[in-house]
Amino acid sequence: MIDFLGDVASFIVDNWWGSSGFLARTVEHVWLSAVATGLAAVVAMPPAMALGHVGRGTFLAVSVVNIGRAIPSFGIVAIALPISIELGLGLGFWPTFIALFALALPPIFTNTLTGVKEVDPALVEAAGGMGMTGAEILRKVELPIAMPVMLAGLRVSAVQVVATATLGALVGWGGLGRYVIDGFSTGDNVEVFAGGLGVALLAIATEFSFAVAERRLVARPLRVAARAV
Amino acid sequence: MLAQTGSGPFIRWDWIWSHLDDVWERTVEHVTLTALAVGIGLLISVALSLLALRFRPALGPITWVTGVLYTIPSLALFAFLVPITGLSTLTAEIGLVSYTLLILIRNIVAGLDGVPAEIKEAARGMGYTRARMLVEIELPIALPVIVAGVRIASVTTIGLVTVTALIGQGGYGFFILQGLRRFFNTEIFLGVALSVMLAVLVDLSLIGLERALTPWARRRAAA
Repeated sequence: MIDFLGDVASFIVDNWWGSSGFLARTVEHVWLSAVATGLAAVVAMPPAMALGHVGRGTFLAVSVVNIGRAIPSFGIVAIALPISIELGLGLGFWPTFIALFALALPPIFTNTLTGVKEVDPALVEAAGGMGMTGAEILRKVELPIAMPVMLAGLRVSAVQVVATATLGALVGWGGLGRYVIDGFSTGDNVEVFAGGLGVALLAIATEFSFAVAERRLVARPLRVAARAV
Repeated sequence: MLAQTGSGPFIRWDWIWSHLDDVWERTVEHVTLTALAVGIGLLISVALSLLALRFRPALGPITWVTGVLYTIPSLALFAFLVPITGLSTLTAEIGLVSYTLLILIRNIVAGLDGVPAEIKEAARGMGYTRARMLVEIELPIALPVIVAGVRIASVTTIGLVTVTALIGQGGYGFFILQGLRRFFNTEIFLGVALSVMLAVLVDLSLIGLERALTPWARRRAAA
């Protein structure tokens, strides 16, 4: 066991630099995950905020999250491949990106909608009584209060995306999954373990960064442990 | 190589019809892997939840450990286990069970915690022992919340089983992986569609089971 872990450590050290080294793969993994999650947030948040503001879309929110859960993330990656090929985008980056983007949408959408919608109506009414417009109510009252729930949605999406980016290696992309998938096919347990270690640490780091972000972005009285819906 | 991309229909139904025996075999595998994982996960979760409810300080560490397990990507967890337990069903099940724990424990604890204190007081006053109170009073009242957890755990597990194709298991995931390797769309879509259908079917069955087990909830709604 000690020998094995020593082999893993030297594998990582020996393969640290270079264009397909551990460092480059980690950067690639983080970069694509961030872009996919970020773009999903840009696309999903505005309609979710609007629906939450007018107090509609509960059924939609529940359906989106249920459907999202029923489709396996491996399935999303696999389906993204023929779609990408049909669109003439080929292997590698695009199918991975399409899959991760699609995967990130449901938790962000549902949590944003629910968070905004669940704001105490008395507060919204009071804000209206003070002469705030709808947009002001959304920006100054509803969004700050919904922030913990919205961040929880972003966190769930980001962690899921980092995890699933590992499968990108199956459709010809790089990232840390490369080591796991290549190691599986050659029966190299050291390589498999090294890749797994990288992915696991990245996922835990992502979770942790959102915990830190929450401390900074959420007003103190609202800091309850928000859970994804 | 099955030359299919670019030419011919997107889905080849004739291929599916001629592979129905494979579909059946993978269905059995998928259901078995899922049932084992959720069943074992439920046993462990009930035990840990009861421990946490009797001895509160244990709840924090239990939630923390199962939370970390839940955060570790499935493929990474399999990567850690393969050097020890190989490309086996055991590896798949250890991973699958780990992912059910956080969801199940959270719901079991929330459900049992939600039983009103006055009901427990009344049961104690009527001379119920702790064990009898748990089985006859607390569990039935907590059932809807617990079943909600079992539903989420089951649907999540059905999706995760497909990933175990990478370690030689996989149920419907076998079709997906095979389709990816051969660039054969029909097999990819078959695997994904079957997995989604199984998830929906199991989810609906559990809703039905909950209704059957809590007849009073319907009576109250009707009243």
